[in-house]
Amino acid sequence: METAKKRILTGNKAMAEAIALEMERDPSVFVLGEDIGNYGGIFGSTQGLIEKFGAQRVLDTPISETAFIGAAIGAAAEGMRPVAELMFVDFFGVCMDQIYNHMAKIPYMSGGNVQLPMVLMTAVGGGYNDAAQHSQTLYATFGHMPGMKVVAPSTPYDLKGMMISAIRDDNPVLFMFHKSLQGLGWMEQLDVSAAHVPEEAYTVPLDKAKVVREGKDVTIVGVQMMTHYAVEAAERLAKEGIDAEVIDLRSIAPIDKDTILQSVKKTHRLFVVDEDYKSYGMTAEITAIVTEEVFYDLEAPPRRLANPDVPIPYSRPLEDFVIPNVERIYEQVKALMDEE
Amino acid sequence: MYEQMVKSRYYEDQMVEVYTEGKAPVFNIGAGPVPGEMHLSTGQEPAAVGICVHLTKDDTVTAPHRPHHHAIAKGVDLKKMTAEIFGKETGLGKGKGGHMHLFDPDVKFSCGGIVAAGIPHAAGAALASKMQGRDWVAVAFIGEGAANAGAFHESLNLAALWNLPLIVVVEDNSYGISVPKASSTAVASNDLRAAAYGISGAYVKGNDPIAMYKASEEAVARARAGQGPTIIEIETHRYLGHFQGDPELYRDKAEVPGLRQLDPILKLRNMLLEAEQVSEKEIEKIEKQAKKIVDEAYQFARDSKYPEPESALKDVFTS
Repeated sequence: METAKKRILTGNKAMAEAIALEMERDPSVFVLGEDIGNYGGIFGSTQGLIEKFGAQRVLDTPISETAFIGAAIGAAAEGMRPVAELMFVDFFGVCMDQIYNHMAKIPYMSGGNVQLPMVLMTAVGGGYNDAAQHSQTLYATFGHMPGMKVVAPSTPYDLKGMMISAIRDDNPVLFMFHKSLQGLGWMEQLDVSAAHVPEEAYTVPLDKAKVVREGKDVTIVGVQMMTHYAVEAAERLAKEGIDAEVIDLRSIAPIDKDTILQSVKKTHRLFVVDEDYKSYGMTAEITAIVTEEVFYDLEAPPRRLANPDVPIPYSRPLEDFVIPNVERIYEQVKALMDEE
Repeated sequence: MYEQMVKSRYYEDQMVEVYTEGKAPVFNIGAGPVPGEMHLSTGQEPAAVGICVHLTKDDTVTAPHRPHHHAIAKGVDLKKMTAEIFGKETGLGKGKGGHMHLFDPDVKFSCGGIVAAGIPHAAGAALASKMQGRDWVAVAFIGEGAANAGAFHESLNLAALWNLPLIVVVEDNSYGISVPKASSTAVASNDLRAAAYGISGAYVKGNDPIAMYKASEEAVARARAGQGPTIIEIETHRYLGHFQGDPELYRDKAEVPGLRQLDPILKLRNMLLEAEQVSEKEIEKIEKQAKKIVDEAYQFARDSKYPEPESALKDVFTS
């Protein structure tokens, strides 16, 4: 009997492979950013690219986010397909003008006459004690502003497929990858950060959520780390007879309402969990969509769990207190099930 | 060059008239055929024509919030541009951009309302040109106030580092809104800052279109030959306020009449006649033709329809 050996890749290698395949396919694709050359990206997202494509297409930049993200915009307007990396999403403050006033608005202000086929990828997420300026997710900050697709894949398979879709898309895409899901040796290595990834190029849509666990009693919506935590919590809940459906949001903007609404119509309960701040955030958005559209399908008020409105603290017990975890999801979903 | 300057001046003179329609007796910024803020460039024509005459439609231009003279010099479709300023569906951006946000990809022109933000875009166009193996250049026009923004320094460092065909033209009209250059800028002129990036710099005195032509000719040739970026600063003058309706309390009332006596268009006109390069009759023909084109553009804009309100929801994404 022959067993097919499936190739296992970490998140970062899946991403880098996606970029490499697109660079091979399309000479207008190039990469620029800080430490994306010989270093291979601080989170490994461009590993091996400079060896393959050289410094002419894999451009290490100075610490000048305004200049190189702006240059990516200018190059995209000329028909190139740049992939720029903003090292940590937390650094958006030094270059936000280029992102939200230009990258996101030029196609609209030009009446659709200027296309900006570019990807801005950036690392998000905490959980490793790096404190308030290096640990945010900021899904809602970017999802709030129109004009860019904002995605946050959770698995190596999706990281590759969604990166390929992002590069081929004619619109600006903000591509958020979670540090803990890159499978890097210098962070806690999670089982979910490495998985089978096909060798060929394939695409995963940028506007579709995914049901990662089917269930009939309650819908849990999460994204990136929170999706994985929710699946773990769901397994524990299952032992107590609670059958949770878990949805991986994957796309922050546009948001896939249909998948969420279909699920809530089936389960009649909603729980939303987010690694971003609670106020004005993703949990509020999804709760509002569900209550606006399928309120009478609900058997209990929706519940949400997110970071309390404090900057992310440094010390381990403080950060553990702030970022949602499996235990808290488990407890709060149980409490939701007790409500009528 | 003379034709472009006349066209630009006449365009702005007409805009002064049109802009006030419907806003009097009390100034109401949103009223009339041309709503919103309006920044006119009357007096600053030499900065735009002096360099654009060296450019083709394949070269990229980015302009700031005071963009009409650059757009006209670069050959932007004047009818569509005017329709855009009127907010009409036939406009460059179908009425979604307005006077500070004009985009004409056919001649590679864009502008924007955020000070200094167009410089990195021009650097990116220059990068694309280099990566594609072209000899196309990119010109970023900015005001002297923008030379103190981070985008200016970051972009020039990057352009110098990568040896990009980028030319930054600084229009020194002496004021960043109300603040005089001496109160905002630590160096006498911004071309001196070229030394900080190891690139070339040039200063053009006296709002002189011929001197601008010459400095630009060198800079464009350098950029096309792969010899890197240049900063050109030109001494120029805006005769009007920062925006239409600006009370201009920050400058002496006698300043502008004095400047108008040194007007670059009159100077060039006299020079051409004295050098006997053209006759009075030919000059008049050029002027008449320029005015006709402008008048047609305004008429086109007035005759065009407003967009359907629901079209506001389109063009966020392109498919």
